[in-house]
Amino acid sequence: MSEKILYSYSALFDTPDKIIHAAKTVAEKGFKKFDVNTPYPVHGMDKAMKLTKSKIGWVTLVFGLTGTLTAVTMMGWMMAVDYPIVIGGKPYFGLPGFGPIMFELSVLFGAVITVVALLMFFLKLPNNSHPVHDTEYMKNVSSDKYGILIEATDPKFNKNEVEALFQELGAEKILPIYFDEEEISFKPKIFDKKFIGFLVIVAAITSLSVYGTMNKVLYMIPFSWMSEQGKSIPQETSKVFKNGSDMLPPVKGTVARGYLPYRFKGQPDKAAELLVNPLLPTEENLALGKTKFNIYCSPCHGYLADGKSRLNGNFPAPPTLHSNKVRNWTDGRIYHVIMEGQNVMPSYAHQLSEKERWAVINYIRVLQRSFNAKESDLL
Amino acid sequence: MSSTLNKVDYVKKDLPPLLKKLAYGLTAVGLVLVILAYLTDHTRSAYNNVILLMFLISIGLGSLFLVAIEYLGGAVWSTPFRRIAEFLAAILLIVPIVAIPIYFNMHELYHWLHHEAVESDPVLKGKAAYLNIKFFTIRVVAFFAVWILFYYLITNNSKKQDTTGDPELTKRNIRLSAIFIPIFAITLTFTAIDWMMSLEAHWFSTMFGVYYFAGIFLGGITSVTFLLVYLNEKGNLVKGLVPDHYYSFGVFMFGFVNFWAYIAFSQYMLIWYANLPEETIWFIHRWEGSWVAVSLAIIFIHFVIPFFVMVSQGSKMNAPKLKFMAIWILIAHYIDLYWIVMPTFSPKGAVFGWIEFGFLVLGLGLVLLVFVLKAKNNNLVPIGDPKLQRGIDFRL
Ligand code: HEC
Repeated sequence: MSEKILYSYSALFDTPDKIIHAAKTVAEKGFKKFDVNTPYPVHGMDKAMKLTKSKIGWVTLVFGLTGTLTAVTMMGWMMAVDYPIVIGGKPYFGLPGFGPIMFELSVLFGAVITVVALLMFFLKLPNNSHPVHDTEYMKNVSSDKYGILIEATDPKFNKNEVEALFQELGAEKILPIYFDEEEISFKPKIFDKKFIGFLVIVAAITSLSVYGTMNKVLYMIPFSWMSEQGKSIPQETSKVFKNGSDMLPPVKGTVARGYLPYRFKGQPDKAAELLVNPLLPTEENLALGKTKFNIYCSPCHGYLADGKSRLNGNFPAPPTLHSNKVRNWTDGRIYHVIMEGQNVMPSYAHQLSEKERWAVINYIRVLQRSFNAKESDLL
Repeated sequence: MSSTLNKVDYVKKDLPPLLKKLAYGLTAVGLVLVILAYLTDHTRSAYNNVILLMFLISIGLGSLFLVAIEYLGGAVWSTPFRRIAEFLAAILLIVPIVAIPIYFNMHELYHWLHHEAVESDPVLKGKAAYLNIKFFTIRVVAFFAVWILFYYLITNNSKKQDTTGDPELTKRNIRLSAIFIPIFAITLTFTAIDWMMSLEAHWFSTMFGVYYFAGIFLGGITSVTFLLVYLNEKGNLVKGLVPDHYYSFGVFMFGFVNFWAYIAFSQYMLIWYANLPEETIWFIHRWEGSWVAVSLAIIFIHFVIPFFVMVSQGSKMNAPKLKFMAIWILIAHYIDLYWIVMPTFSPKGAVFGWIEFGFLVLGLGLVLLVFVLKAKNNNLVPIGDPKLQRGIDFRL
């Protein structure tokens, strides 16, 4: 064990009055490095010890106002610059609405930073335990005695004088306090490996648990106005049906409205015999037929269905539709050609709805009649 | 605990002559001005009379409330000064007299008294069960009576203690205070609604009672603080009172300036946000013409300036600062009441003339006069109170 060094002289007193008197006298004698320890706060002690006012209030003020300013700029930026939304007809920069946030942030910044500053600078974290805490003196003053100690490093310190002074003040007990060198050095422990390691571990655990809680366990979408819609997204499994899809394939044999399957596949004669044109050749139907014919049929068959196509020989020219054969065909037979195509002519079932097909046929009939007009038609 | 009288160093001294001169002078000047005012423009005077009434209720009721919370909280530090609050609470005795001139001009002040207006107005019709002259009168008389009753009960016990020193009286006052405080809360809320909120009978704010409470507390604490600091400097109080004793009065003044701002802002912000026409109209009236300037000035006079002056610990114990700020905040409270009441009288813009000035002078004069008269035959310190010695020994 190395040699002990004198840290301070301490004295214990019985009553609060005596300790106030002692503190006053010691302060008046010009001692600077002394402290008083009592089991509870003794009123009037600050003045007796001639303590200057704590500066911590400034920290609170400065950071409280920082909080206010942060809130104004944050809200102003978000509400008026970055993402302006009209809310209840209020101006974008609606100061009264920011009020509560300004208040909250002032309190938050002020309070949290005051505590941090207290711990860091005034309590000299991480040196949170003073060696005096492990002494007989501290045991006494934390139960029923009032103690004062004067540090040996005080320029006015003199062993015998201090002892005499304490005696004069009516001390009940006078205790010198010794520490070994290690204890008394008060090396700042900020760069201590253990402390740094502790900080890193705390930081890691805190971040991980916060991340886990906020993003995994308790994740809440801040606004669900548009991102949360009652719809299923492609490539995503859904909970609607057991097989993970949210739509089942239609029952076998289901047919969509207006898309009845063609009944006479490969049976032109049956089609000719059984299919009946349901449309009357009204002006409206003929206009529809003309439009659709000109779009879908005329490129090959020509505007007049006479086979004079605009294909310029790039495709086998179709025969005229004014032949006796076609003229004598029933509407059902022509319908069959549209549905199935014929040799090189492809099917037009997908381009034309049922009604449009019959309308086109009506229009073909009109064209045929115009090529073979009767005398009476000319009137 | 000793039931014998404290051996405190108190010798009753005459009040400083300046205080007496001010009390009589201000009251006389104020009274003349007010009578002239009523003769020239009785409507405007009646509005000012409402301000004066609310101002006096603030100080009187606020002081009685301070006495009550001292008993209820078992506070020791304020005991040496309790008499000052007790004397100021005597203002409640003259409050009914101040209310009488208003009563004769009610018809000009309150729209809800106009029969034909109420008949054709569904909103007023709906409120008619509450806002009618009969019920109004009953409430006003009942409230005045209750306040005066508690004033007598509490202060008489306190006074009796000067000679007997009986701690039982303290216990009795604690019980009385416990009963008084809920009654105080209810009566002050309805007082604020009846006299001030109903000036614009369509408007309503659920925070209005609390808003007036903030004013009441400030009215009480500032008057008490000014007088106690002043009288302590003049040596009228007991020996041994130091700035440490002032500290909590400063804290209360500072705290309730903030409380007022908090309530005023909350009331404004909620109405601003909800944006309901029947609620915003009140603030729109106070944003018209030169009222804008008054509205903005109040923020600074009643909050920002007192906040920064009072924020440090030192200024809460600094006697000159305390005296100055006590008067400042008291006047700010008067301006606040003016801002609540007067826009109904002159919606186009603020008016301030010798009439307004006269009522303010009378108000300050009456406060001092009541205090001076009460202090004449009573001890300025509750010398029989068992807590007194501990109160004097109080240090931060
Ligand atoms: C790509 C060019 C093309 C288009 C477009 C086309 N056709 Fe044809 N069409 C032909 C050809 C080529 C033939 C002859 C097929 C064959 O050799 O039997 C033909 C034959 C026909 C026949 C039978 C004529 C016969 O004498 O056997 C009819 C009826 C007919 N088309 C109707 C239509 C209708 C109606 C449309 C419009 C929906 C249409 N075509 C569109 C190329 C076309």
